[in-house]
Amino acid sequence: MSLTPLHAIFALMSLFTVGGAVGVVLNRNLIYAAMYLVLSLFGIAGLFILLEAPFLAAVQILVYVGAISVLITITVMVTRCVFCKEPPPRQLTLVAVMAALVMVTLGFVIMTRFGGLTPAADVPADSIEQLGVAFVNPQAYLVPFEVASILLLGALIGAIFIARDDLPRDEEAVGGDDHA
Amino acid sequence: MIPLHWFLLVAAGMFCLGLFGVLIRRNVVAILMSIELMLNAVNLNLVAFWRYLAPEHINGQMFAVFVFAVAAAEVSVGLALIISIYRNRDDVNAGDLNLLKW
Repeated sequence: MSLTPLHAIFALMSLFTVGGAVGVVLNRNLIYAAMYLVLSLFGIAGLFILLEAPFLAAVQILVYVGAISVLITITVMVTRCVFCKEPPPRQLTLVAVMAALVMVTLGFVIMTRFGGLTPAADVPADSIEQLGVAFVNPQAYLVPFEVASILLLGALIGAIFIARDDLPRDEEAVGGDDHA
Repeated sequence: MIPLHWFLLVAAGMFCLGLFGVLIRRNVVAILMSIELMLNAVNLNLVAFWRYLAPEHINGQMFAVFVFAVAAAEVSVGLALIISIYRNRDDVNAGDLNLLKW
């Protein structure tokens, strides 16, 4: 197997992805963990491009790298308890062994079932067009598409309702003893 | 072209790191970030299988798009819940949120 620039790009993007994931789970400082999350999601977008799914790569950048990471960063800034560090993890070895076992199992299945598989066919040149048509085709994905939009609307309203601070002050003082 | 198993191994590694993070972290925001890692690993798997097994059908990409939509809804509601919990309790450690414990 000869090394091509494709392999180099794949290695770099995998490094971003997995290295960022390591940073997310091991970093005790949540702001740094959020930055590593951005790196990891960016690596995923690069892998999508390597898989010839440019639309998904663009959506990944817009939705994850753009919106979700900003949301997470703002939440970290709003909720971080500056003077209390996250308590040290319990049962670190047990969890590490469990995750490693899952990894070994998945790796075994992947290598036995899908080892060395190469693409069956080329991606059609109009794959993005097909995607757009399938979204609005009643025979295909029109109903799930509309349900997804309702879900997003529900999540939007729900998030505003939950996070809104509209408690009357005196009621809060009566209700929350541990707060005062 | 890169063989399929490399993409699957990257996704599996990312998923296991996310699993590790969900189980080991105590801060709720960090747990949510680890869940994001797991969702992205699944997405990578979906797109890799689409590309290598059935690139002529668009269904694989479609599933990934719906995972995006559900993940966005999940993150927004989850972060709203975290902000609400923080406002009420000044604390977002999963171990201390035991109000509904038996």
